[in-house]
Amino acid sequence: MNSNPLLSVEELTVCFDTFAGEVKAVDTISFQVYPGEAIGIVGESGCGKSVTAHSIMQLIPTPPGRYAKGKILFGKDDLLQKSEADMAKIRGNDISIIFQDAMTSLNPVLTIGMQIGESLQLHQHMNKQDAYARAVEMLRLVGIPSPEERIKEYPHQFSGGMRQRVMIAMALSCNPKLLIADEPTTALDVTIQAQILDLMKDLQGKLNTAIILISHDLGAIASLCSRVIVMYAGKIAEAGTAIDIFHQPQHPYTWGLLQSLPRIDMMQKQKLAIIPGQPPDLLSPPTGCPFHPRCPHAMSICQEHYPETTVLTKGHMVHCWLQHPDAPKPNREVTA
Amino acid sequence: MLRYMLIRIFNSLLVLLAIITITFFLMHAIPGGPFTSEKNIPAAVLKNIEEHYRLHDPLWKQYIDYLGNLTHFDLGPSFKYAGRTVNDLIRESFPVSLQLGMVSIALSILLGIPAGAIAALRQNKWQDYATMFLATLGVSVPSFVLATLLIYIFAIKLSLLPAAMWGGITYMILPALTLAGQPTAFIARLTRSSMLEVLAQDYIKTARAKGLSPALILYRHALKNALIPIITYIGPMAAGILTGSFIIENIFAIPGLGRHFVTSIYNRDYTVILGVTIFYSVLIIGLNLIVDLIYPLLNPRIKLTGKQGE
Amino acid sequence: MHLTSHSFEPILKKDAAANHIRPSMTYWQDAWRRLKKNKLAMIGLYIILLILLIALAGPWLSTLSYSDQDLTATNQSPSAEHWFGTDNLGRDLFIRVLYGARISLSIGIVASILNLTIGVIYGGIAGFFGGRTDKVMMNVVDILYGIPVLLYVILLMVVLEPGLINIFIALGIAYWLRMARIVRGQILGLKEQDYVLAARTLGAGSWRILFRHLIPNSMGPIIITMTLAIPEAIFTEAFLSFIGLGVAAPMASWGVLASEGITSLRSYPFQLFFPAMAISITMLAFNFLGDGLRDALDPRVRR
Repeated sequence: MNSNPLLSVEELTVCFDTFAGEVKAVDTISFQVYPGEAIGIVGESGCGKSVTAHSIMQLIPTPPGRYAKGKILFGKDDLLQKSEADMAKIRGNDISIIFQDAMTSLNPVLTIGMQIGESLQLHQHMNKQDAYARAVEMLRLVGIPSPEERIKEYPHQFSGGMRQRVMIAMALSCNPKLLIADEPTTALDVTIQAQILDLMKDLQGKLNTAIILISHDLGAIASLCSRVIVMYAGKIAEAGTAIDIFHQPQHPYTWGLLQSLPRIDMMQKQKLAIIPGQPPDLLSPPTGCPFHPRCPHAMSICQEHYPETTVLTKGHMVHCWLQHPDAPKPNREVTA
Repeated sequence: MLRYMLIRIFNSLLVLLAIITITFFLMHAIPGGPFTSEKNIPAAVLKNIEEHYRLHDPLWKQYIDYLGNLTHFDLGPSFKYAGRTVNDLIRESFPVSLQLGMVSIALSILLGIPAGAIAALRQNKWQDYATMFLATLGVSVPSFVLATLLIYIFAIKLSLLPAAMWGGITYMILPALTLAGQPTAFIARLTRSSMLEVLAQDYIKTARAKGLSPALILYRHALKNALIPIITYIGPMAAGILTGSFIIENIFAIPGLGRHFVTSIYNRDYTVILGVTIFYSVLIIGLNLIVDLIYPLLNPRIKLTGKQGE
Repeated sequence: MHLTSHSFEPILKKDAAANHIRPSMTYWQDAWRRLKKNKLAMIGLYIILLILLIALAGPWLSTLSYSDQDLTATNQSPSAEHWFGTDNLGRDLFIRVLYGARISLSIGIVASILNLTIGVIYGGIAGFFGGRTDKVMMNVVDILYGIPVLLYVILLMVVLEPGLINIFIALGIAYWLRMARIVRGQILGLKEQDYVLAARTLGAGSWRILFRHLIPNSMGPIIITMTLAIPEAIFTEAFLSFIGLGVAAPMASWGVLASEGITSLRSYPFQLFFPAMAISITMLAFNFLGDGLRDALDPRVRR
């Protein structure tokens, strides 16, 4: 963590122009990813985590999307300033992404081998035979049995978990420095989820690839990531090390997320808490702190002003008025 | 796969039987139709008809006999012209229609698919609007209007091309263009919507995320998927071109089967109507069957399921 | 910013969350908004309304009737007296095109209503009851689908003899298959949804669910199919007229007028021009509207 960051997102703001007005899907967020580390971005659906991921790859269709502000520095280069052709050289080679739904993310009419091989041919300038050989090797690496056979098969002949393994093989085939995993396990069975996460953890160690894991599932994040960013309504609510977030959470939204996780030590009669209400409509976001309509600890000021950044320890920061010296000490267990 | 093919073949035979049965009994329902002898028709023809259809037998036996004749492709004699059989008619005139039809199908595919693909790639730009306006015009203007328009411009006003008759390439241009008009427009619209749907798929996003160039994404990842639905249009397209030929062959005075069919309708030459209808039906059903059998080969998704993907 | 001691007082739980939810539009409001934005579709809609108006009111515009002949004024070119000219029997073509609108539109509308009725009932029953009923009913549809329909419309017309009522019958029974398939697909998808389950739990009977919940919610695709079925019927009738199986003289649909016009194309091109324009414009209007409706009503493309 002492080296220079691999990726540095600075005050990124992404807007979408819809018929009903402008939506700030991502609003002035900043974070860094260091080589080889795994960070997690967590939040409910619609909080901007996927838009963040897609922005890094510049896969947001523009229009309606628009990079309104900020920089995405990869090494020394601002990815937002790159031409489409330059960006294409980075995609799949230096930065890879895997999507939520492996069922639909693979082309149904092309063989697996073709789909893994094509980025190798493109970025590593391999010939067809070498690319195939490497594809077999990648399939073996992600734990697909008899890869020599399966490489000739089509996606529909693979199960959901196997397809996600293929996606991972595809994403890692060019040895990227950064892998973005956008809800990679959401569409899978629970047991398969664990296998995929184990696989990613294992590969992260072996290949020293940095990972941004995007998920609404804190459990998935906990098993893989050393640092966690909690997003709400396009903004960062809280960010810190996994230990900070899981043991010293400071934002009521993080509390809510944690309480909605089932725990082994939980009493049988204890009810699983949920966060009441729904994420705000970003077309007309609430004034002040966007979480205040759902926050059990909301104060008058929360309706008026967005809370400033409070840095608690190195790397642990939170946006919440409860951090203000004048604010009352809240009881974490209170829910609405 | 084998099971799927057998089911399809069996279904096609069933459709065929249904068609023949419907046709046979429909013709029987005609007052003064081909199977009664009330009308003033030449004695020679009457004798022929009676011989062929064994009109004194009970209805069910006539039906069985008719089916029996069909099994060795005997469509019977003409109702109007002595000494002429439906088989003769088809043998003489169908090759002309086939030639015209093939050229039209080729034209529709060669013009329609690129037009639709361009429209999809330039969605909501002028290329899209222009192509789709033309295509909507194409499906809206009846073929006889297009035909007369083309004749009026190219034959009457400009005297560039012959207005009618058959023989040589120049005679084929106007009728083939007219006949291809609607299917071209339809294919263009189909390609566009299919292409747009494919371009919105996750695997296209994956392809972009791999850093593939737009041309490669289009060629390798989008086009093949987008063209699959178009294969299923081949059957209806052939049927459309076939029925279109009824009108076009008349306007251009082309000695094809379509023209004879319309003449036989005007003359109420019932046995020819019956025979040609059955011939056309077999043709179209056969084509549909072939398309259905090729379809799984092009679309790996439905190879194992044995059912058409929904 | 200005902070007071008041700033840190807890606020009472309120319906604040509700205040921030976008005012919801109903499906039809949203569809209408989207349709209104589509210029071509709106032009199509206005043209259709205009043609309907002309078809209804038109014949009162003149004292002449579609069958009035004036053998002293045959094959006249368009003039102030005869806007669209006259035909070979000296009948005023403008009047005949107006009457033709009535016939062609009524064919389109009646045929598509017949398709709708048969298709919705058939498809609705198959989709709703599902299982074996569905399988059998849809197998029948699949088999019928393989039949080249137009050939059988021709055959039917040969048997029935030309005439308006017979055209209704032939088109009505020939083209319901697509509607049945679409309705069945919609119902099959919808009936798994929660509100249907809820209605069932509340004791609503099968027929009530079918007609109160499922069919109204399938209206989008049904309307699109109908909009596109009307021009198809008009088209088919024009086709039948051309091969001598249209409405009987002296009545005339646009198709009849056009096929009469073709015979005198070289000498009097205007006799084809006006009915051909009428057909083409109507078809274009319906197609534009149909496309617009498809974009407006298809929830998959909503944004």
